[in-house]
Amino acid sequence: MTIDHHDHEHGHDHGHDHEDNHGHHHPTLPDEAGGLSQYQVMEIAVRELLIEKGVFGAADVRRAIEAMDGRHAGLGASFVARAWVDPAFKARALADGSAAARELGLEIGPTRLIVVENTQSLHNLVVCTLCSCYPRMLLGLPPDWYKSRAYRSRAVHEPRAVLAEFGTPIAEDVELRVHDSTADMRYLVMPLRPAGTEALDEAALAALVTRDSMIGVALAETP
Amino acid sequence: MSEMPRFQAGDRVRVRRASPPGHVRTPWYIRGHSGAIERLCGAFANPEELAYRRSGLPAQPLYRVRFRQAEIWPDYRGQPEDSIEIEIYQHWLEPAEQAP
Repeated sequence: MTIDHHDHEHGHDHGHDHEDNHGHHHPTLPDEAGGLSQYQVMEIAVRELLIEKGVFGAADVRRAIEAMDGRHAGLGASFVARAWVDPAFKARALADGSAAARELGLEIGPTRLIVVENTQSLHNLVVCTLCSCYPRMLLGLPPDWYKSRAYRSRAVHEPRAVLAEFGTPIAEDVELRVHDSTADMRYLVMPLRPAGTEALDEAALAALVTRDSMIGVALAETP
Repeated sequence: MSEMPRFQAGDRVRVRRASPPGHVRTPWYIRGHSGAIERLCGAFANPEELAYRRSGLPAQPLYRVRFRQAEIWPDYRGQPEDSIEIEIYQHWLEPAEQAP
């Protein structure tokens, strides 16, 4: 497919004339920056072949993407809130995260989940220095910064500075433990239950459990 | 078909200092450092073989190993207790002497 840059009218009329009265040109970005990468071309080629051979249909691909995009941090938040209100469930979650997630009806597939608990003396932080391993089944797609080279290298080397930049300074008498998610396990941080939440029910507690608090770059919100 | 686990929780281990080519999931920064086994996670097909469409069998025991940050980074700015835990396959680990 070729993009014709000459033929279309720009839709953004700001009420001034770009060429004559404005005095300078704005830099422009092409509609398709850089074209397709090798892996994008390969993905399209393999997908089209599999559809052509009837292995699956285009709608199956769309449905799978929709399901992936439909996962969100609310799933992890419900998991944490249950652990906050039910000590027996919390013990099971810390012993076997995958089994505990299935117990709540959360579809986590073959994911091997390890739940790490923040305490008054320990704060946990999750990173994948090699790529972007992330508990997608419970948190959805990872944020862009989680995949960035800066986060991946700095979270292991200077985690306290990184946390301070996230607005989460860690006290000196608290051990900071970084989990580098390098292989077959996935990690979910169970944040500390905030003070003053004794009267809240499970749904209200879940609303305090943010995505970032389950990665470890933030604390749970306070009500 | 799995290799037998050689280590158990609490054992001191050292990560081999090696640089083989290919799809290696042992981060560079941890090679040559010593830590303690936190837990055995199970046995998994070796990703260094899987990446080249081989079976990866026998499966390799996979451990979580805990290291002290201050021993890994000479310029580490944090507390002496700060730690890092990494999943490492058995074939990357060798026994280390007990901590003094």
